[in-house]
Amino acid sequence: MRCSRLILAALLLGGPAAAQEPANRDLGIGVPATPAMIAPWNIDVRGDGKGLPPGHGSVAEGEALYATACASCHGKDGVHGALSPALRLAGGIGTLASAKPERTVGSYWPYAPTLFDYIRRAMPFTAPQSLTDDQVYAVAGYVLFLNGLVPHDAVLDARSLAAVKMPNRDGFRPVPPADR
Amino acid sequence: MRRGPALPRRTLLQGGLTLAGTGAAAAATPGAPLAIPEWTREQGASVLAAPYGSPSPHERGVVRRPRRSAVFPQTLSCNTPLQHLHGIITPNGLHFIRDHAGTPDVDPAQHRLVVHGMVARPLIFTMDDLLRFPSVSRLHFLECAGNTPFWRTGAIKATWTAQDTHGLLSCAEWTGVRLADVLAEVGVQPGAAWLLAEGADAAALTRSVPLEKALDDAILAYAQNGERLRPEQGYPLRLLLPGYEGNTNIKWLRRIKLGDAPWETREETSRYTELQPDGRARQFGFVMEVKSVITHPSGGEALGAGYCEISGLAWSGRGRIRRVEVSTDGGATWRDAALQAPVLDSCLTRFRLPWHWQGEALVLQSRATDETGAVQPTRAALVGKQGEHAEYHYNAIHAWRVAADGQVSVAL
Ligand code: HEC
Repeated sequence: MRCSRLILAALLLGGPAAAQEPANRDLGIGVPATPAMIAPWNIDVRGDGKGLPPGHGSVAEGEALYATACASCHGKDGVHGALSPALRLAGGIGTLASAKPERTVGSYWPYAPTLFDYIRRAMPFTAPQSLTDDQVYAVAGYVLFLNGLVPHDAVLDARSLAAVKMPNRDGFRPVPPADR
Repeated sequence: MRRGPALPRRTLLQGGLTLAGTGAAAAATPGAPLAIPEWTREQGASVLAAPYGSPSPHERGVVRRPRRSAVFPQTLSCNTPLQHLHGIITPNGLHFIRDHAGTPDVDPAQHRLVVHGMVARPLIFTMDDLLRFPSVSRLHFLECAGNTPFWRTGAIKATWTAQDTHGLLSCAEWTGVRLADVLAEVGVQPGAAWLLAEGADAAALTRSVPLEKALDDAILAYAQNGERLRPEQGYPLRLLLPGYEGNTNIKWLRRIKLGDAPWETREETSRYTELQPDGRARQFGFVMEVKSVITHPSGGEALGAGYCEISGLAWSGRGRIRRVEVSTDGGATWRDAALQAPVLDSCLTRFRLPWHWQGEALVLQSRATDETGAVQPTRAALVGKQGEHAEYHYNAIHAWRVAADGQVSVAL
C-alpha cells in the first residue's frame, strides 16, 4: 500500500505532463475509444445524477409499465406478492434501527438516480437493457411513488430525479480510506 | 481422502459417495489375505480416453452445493466443499460461484475491455491485446462478503458443514495483467480517485473501486490455476482485487471508467453494506478481515477415537497469516498450530495440529492472527459491536461441537 501511494502521487501530482504521458506508456496496445463507439456501454449513472440521460417519464406511465413488466416478481405495490422479502421494493421506512429492519428502495437506498442506473442495466430480470430511457424514468418514478417519495402526478427527468431526497440519504458511513 | 478408521464412514456420510469396489474387500474377514483386485489383472483405460480429465468417479460427491434455495438460481451462490479439499488451492471446477444474473457464455473473440472516463487516451482492448501486456501470476483467496451467515442466531443450523458455513471461499493462482500497466496506457488524469468496473453479464454488475487499490495490486485476470478462467469465474476476463470482498472482483469485465467519486451503485448501497445497530450502515468496507476455520474435523463428520490431525484454513485480506491457535476445550486453553508454507499475502494458509481424541464431548475452535496483529474476534464481541443485521464480513472464531459419539456439528 505504501508503494501504491507513491505511484499514485507520481501519477497525480507529477504535474499534467506526467499524468498525460506516464513514462512507461510504450506498449502501444489497444485502439482509441471514440464516444460514439462506447455509447452503447457507457450507461453508468452516479448517485448524484451524473450521467442521467435526456428524456422523461411520468409516474402514471410507470404504473402501467410496472404492472406488466415488474409486478409479477416484485408484487403489485412493491410489497404484497413479491416473490421473496428481498424483492420488496417499497416499505420499511423508519425500521432500520429496529429489531426487524426492512431494507427497500424507500427505506435504505441513499440516492434516487441509482434506481435509474440499476433498472436500466439489469431490469426487468428476464429482459435486461430492453427499456427505453423514458420508460426507465417512468418506472423508477413509480417505484418512488410506491414509497411515498413523489406524488402521483410527478414526471421524472434528469433534474427532478436527482432532486428526490431519499429518507436514508445520510444513512451510510464510509469506511475511512486508511481502513479500506 | 484421509487415513484412519473414521474414513469410509465419513466419506459416505459427507459426500454421499458410492464406493464401488468396497463391497467384497470391505466385507472381507479380519485377518484375511489381501485380495488382488480386477484393476491389477487387466489393462486400464486408454490415455486417450479423457482429453480433459476429471476426478475419479469415487469422488463424485465432492461438488459445489448451495446452502439454500432461491427463487432464481441465477442469483444464487454455490459453495466450495472445503471439508473435502487438501492444501490451499481450490480446483477450478469447485471454485465457489456467486452470480447476480447467471453465468453468461461470452465469446472471447467478441469480448472487449473499454477503459475511459478521466483518462488521457480512452482505449478499447481485445483479449489478444490484453494477452500482449506483461503478465503476472499470484495466489489469492476470494471470499464472498456474505460468507458465514452467522449474524443472527436463528439463521444458523447445527447440521451445517464447513461447505455451508465457510464455502463461499476459494483460492487460486490467478494470471493476468497488472491493472496499473493498463492504466499507464490510458494515462490517468489528475483528480481521478475511483474507478467503476462493469461486467458483461445480464446484471452488467458494477462496483466502484478506489484508484489506490487499482494501482497497488489489482489484476485483470484471464487465467486461473494455469488454464483460462472458468465461465463461472468470469471468462474471459475478471477483475481480481486481492483481499477485497468477492463482489468487487467483477467477472466478465467489459469496462473500467475513471472518476473522481464512487458511483454509489446498487451493489454498494442496497447490498454489500453493513447495517449497524444505530440504523446506519458501514459502506466501502472492502477488505475481508482475518478469519479461519477447521475443515477437519468439521460439521457432518463422524469422528473415530484415536489420532486425528486437526487441519484448517486461515486467511486475511490485510496480509499474511502470522499465527493460528487451536482450542480443544471450548476456548479455555489454546495451542499454536503449524502453518504450512507457503504463507502468502491475501491467500489461504493451511494449518495443522496433531491431536488424540479420547472420545469425550468437546468444542473445537481456531483463532487466526494476521501480520497486522489483528486477531479474529469472538462471535459475542463481533455481534455485540455490529448487531445482528450487518449481513456481510462476518469473521468471528468458529466452533465445532464434537459429541461423545463422534458426531461433529456447529456449536454456538
Ligand atoms: C422475473 C422476475 C423479475 C422481474 C419481472 C423484475 N425483476 Fe427486478 N429483480 C428481480 C431479482 C431476482 C432481483 C435481485 C437480483 C440480484 O439478486 O442481484 C431484482 C432486483 C430489483 C431491484 C433491486 C432491489 C434491491 O433492493 O436492491 C430493483 C429496483 C428492481 N429489481 C426493479 C425492477 C423493475 C422496475 C422491474 C420492471 C421493469 C423489475 N425489477 C422486473 C426479479 C425481477
